Amino acid sequence: MAAVLVSTTVNGDAVEYSCAPRESLLDVLRNRLGLTGSKEGCGTGDCGACSVIVDGRLVCACLMLGAEMDGRTVETVEGLADGATLHPLQTKFLEHAALQCGVCTPGFLMASKALLARNANPTEEEIRFALAGNLCRCTGYDKIVRAVSAAAAELAHPAKSGTGKKTGGKKAAGGKATGKKKG
Amino acid sequence: MAFDTQYTNQEFKVVGKRVLRPDGIDKVTGRARYGADMNAPGQLVGRILRSPHAHAKIRAIDTSKAEKLKGVKAVVTAADLPDLTRGDMGMYDTLENCMARGRALYDGHAVAAVAAIDADIARKALKLIKVDYEILPHVTDVDEAMKPGAPIVQPRIRTVGVNPAPTKPSNISQVSEFGHGDLDAGFAEADVIVEKSYKTEQTHQGYIEPHACLASVGPDGQAELWVTTQGPYMQRNTCAALLGLEVAKLRVTASEIGGGFGGKTHVWMEPVALALSRKANRPVKLVLTREEVFRGTGPTCSTSMDIKIGARRDGTITAAQAVLRYQDGAFPNIWGMLGAMTAWACYDLKNVKATAYDVLVNRPKVAAYRAPSAPMAAFGVESTMDLVAAEIGMDPVELRIKNAAKEGTRASYGPTYGPIGIGPTLEAAKNHPHMKAPLGANQGRGMACGFWFNFGGQTCVDLNIGQDGTVNLAVGTVDVGGARASLSMIAAEELGIPYEKVKCIVADTASLGHNDTTEGSRGTFSSGMATVFAARDAVRVLRERAAKTWDIPVDRVEWRDGKAHAFGDEHGNLAPLSLEELAAKAARTGGPIAGHNEIVADGAGVSFATHICDIEVDPETGKSRILRYTVIQDAGKAIHPDYVEGQFQGAAAQGIGWALNEEYIYGADGRLQNPGFLDYRIAVCSDLPMLDTQILEIPNPNHPYGIRGVGETSIVPPLAAIANAMSNAAGVRMTHTPMSPPRVLKAIREAHGA
Ligand code: FES
Ligand code: FES
Repeated sequence: MAAVLVSTTVNGDAVEYSCAPRESLLDVLRNRLGLTGSKEGCGTGDCGACSVIVDGRLVCACLMLGAEMDGRTVETVEGLADGATLHPLQTKFLEHAALQCGVCTPGFLMASKALLARNANPTEEEIRFALAGNLCRCTGYDKIVRAVSAAAAELAHPAKSGTGKKTGGKKAAGGKATGKKKG
Repeated sequence: MAFDTQYTNQEFKVVGKRVLRPDGIDKVTGRARYGADMNAPGQLVGRILRSPHAHAKIRAIDTSKAEKLKGVKAVVTAADLPDLTRGDMGMYDTLENCMARGRALYDGHAVAAVAAIDADIARKALKLIKVDYEILPHVTDVDEAMKPGAPIVQPRIRTVGVNPAPTKPSNISQVSEFGHGDLDAGFAEADVIVEKSYKTEQTHQGYIEPHACLASVGPDGQAELWVTTQGPYMQRNTCAALLGLEVAKLRVTASEIGGGFGGKTHVWMEPVALALSRKANRPVKLVLTREEVFRGTGPTCSTSMDIKIGARRDGTITAAQAVLRYQDGAFPNIWGMLGAMTAWACYDLKNVKATAYDVLVNRPKVAAYRAPSAPMAAFGVESTMDLVAAEIGMDPVELRIKNAAKEGTRASYGPTYGPIGIGPTLEAAKNHPHMKAPLGANQGRGMACGFWFNFGGQTCVDLNIGQDGTVNLAVGTVDVGGARASLSMIAAEELGIPYEKVKCIVADTASLGHNDTTEGSRGTFSSGMATVFAARDAVRVLRERAAKTWDIPVDRVEWRDGKAHAFGDEHGNLAPLSLEELAAKAARTGGPIAGHNEIVADGAGVSFATHICDIEVDPETGKSRILRYTVIQDAGKAIHPDYVEGQFQGAAAQGIGWALNEEYIYGADGRLQNPGFLDYRIAVCSDLPMLDTQILEIPNPNHPYGIRGVGETSIVPPLAAIANAMSNAAGVRMTHTPMSPPRVLKAIREAHGA
């Protein structure tokens, strides 16, 4: 079968590639574009390790085709930080020890980003349900939920705990909060 | 080996702090390289063909069509992996598990493999391989496999551990027995005797990263293997033996590991990747699919067991007996034996016995899974403990406190305990606010205890000081959950320098001496111990260099706060020399400054946990929801509390999934019916509440910092804690995991005579 030529935007950069018609977006990202941050945990849409954002929508890259990306916008974990400045989600995941092995982390970060884009102040329950499509086998999710909650607070009031530097110092105040918030 | 008490309960400057991990940035930016993230020039894609039958004779394999397909560079079968094991049956089993040899022993057993220029061609090539199977009768249930007349899985097996030695083959590979005292006398003394049988279904470790490797074998016999594994040295030794390579010429590099939990302590498909590479004379990347992970690698045992406890009305247990039947998959192992060793380890018992049957079935070769074998036995024992408590009208925590093992107790599996934490975790549970929280309708609370041995083993560490005084620490235990941070902290503590000055790496097998596999919670314990000694070795060198610089005797130099200090009346006025200063002058004082340690780290220190669980059960559907969960565990000394908590929480979550949902479902045809995360349902974020933790620190006298392994124990209590909570919530005693909604609903209906 003839390869498909695709022009798309990945993490803000214009990208062109050709791929086989049946090749998944995940395979294109990992094997053709060298973006191995997105992981394959299942290849069947069940684990969320491949979560990326396409045109603002959270998707499993293993369930989309590379050929579908023409003219669209793809965001992956590699584009989350702004240069040397980590995204508050990244900072909070580190500060809250929300990763152990870390293989689920790229997917959780992208799913959390999509959540916070549509709900800036999620409750614990909203976080838990929004992230229910992302499997983590290491953490028991406790520290992930806390990290997302802390990142939401940070994004709402960025002045307070000085995100911006790579990974400054100590756990932010309220780091042991339950993650519960009003509505 | 015991350390002076000055090394326990000591004041720490770095250890015990919540520092950021050194591999953190790479892992939140997508830069970290896991098993499937490495590439080599000219690499091929490997794929494996697996048996669709539970048990079959392989009459012939025709690979000719696949070999002719354009783009296929190698096809291998057992013929390409000749038997070089020279009578080592364990090694032979590994070889046969990697690639079937004339017979397929389970659904998913590898029978052939290809390497092709892309995944599409590799997939097509697999379809062109014709395997001529003669289907044989199979058995997948542990109790069925023990019956006379059951299909025999391994005709070579004669049961070990029975007298007289049997002459006929059996699926029971081994019978083991532990305990002491007089059971009959003990049961005769009892006021009440409770007896119950239990079953647990097979579960998988469920690491999110599938097995993956990149293998490269050159025509000169030099080889490299990049692989996601808990045991790079184990991989090296096993693969070298199976392929006839020289150990020193096979360099194994452990990638970042996306979870292992014991499932990556074994060799699975790596020898196949190496064989493909050798035949194709090109690098081969072999990544398993999720389905292959479930069908072909690593689950833990399914079990069946009978537990019997006799007790007096005052709560004293007079006798305890366990009969355990564990299936090891298609290859003999000691998982049942481990279950028997752990079954009664929490208690101080006069008359106790545990008998284990290790049983073969047509399922995948069982691998270690976090505190392997302990959760199932604890499910039976801890559930029965609650039944005893109810029978004599005693609080379940009090019953356990009354019988808890303590320092000086002779464990049911043999040794006499040193200082241990079971009593303190129970006292902490008793006093925990969780115990007093109110419960609503259809809600219940349960608790249970757990035990794990923890391992030490062979360890080797290099510590090198750079010219600017920063420190490289090279370790050989894989970092499965933040160990590089903990080990850097230990090095910083010993050297008296800031944590940020230490960079810890996991070395490849050519760069550091042998290290045992990271299993049995040994990583931070044993590499931590070796790091302490390597750092002290470096401090010795630093003191010598300072003495040389000052031209004074070395015994007049002490190391404090990252500096050499001269002491004694005649030297008191010499200004201290810092690590940086000594490092900068190293070239003129004797060359590079380093510390090394090679050790067999003994005395890992047993650990105990007590869990409390609140659950709500919907009587209409049998669906349950965990409302609140508390983990209390002894860590010896928590080097990095965040990661200790994380281990507790992760282990508890795995136990909760095991208790409520996870199971291998085999059809009558012996095929696995749910090899995917959709139907094999691990706990997701919305299934769980916050998991509270309480770290107790009862120092391990065998470690300079008092460390115990922490990674495994907390997977042990959840099965019974949940069963006990469910019994209090819904009035049904569940004896079969997973306690999934259909099973619970059935139990509720039966209990209410509906
Ligand atoms: S790899 Fe896409 S959901 Fe698992
Ligand atoms: S941190 Fe390992 S799977 Fe989430």
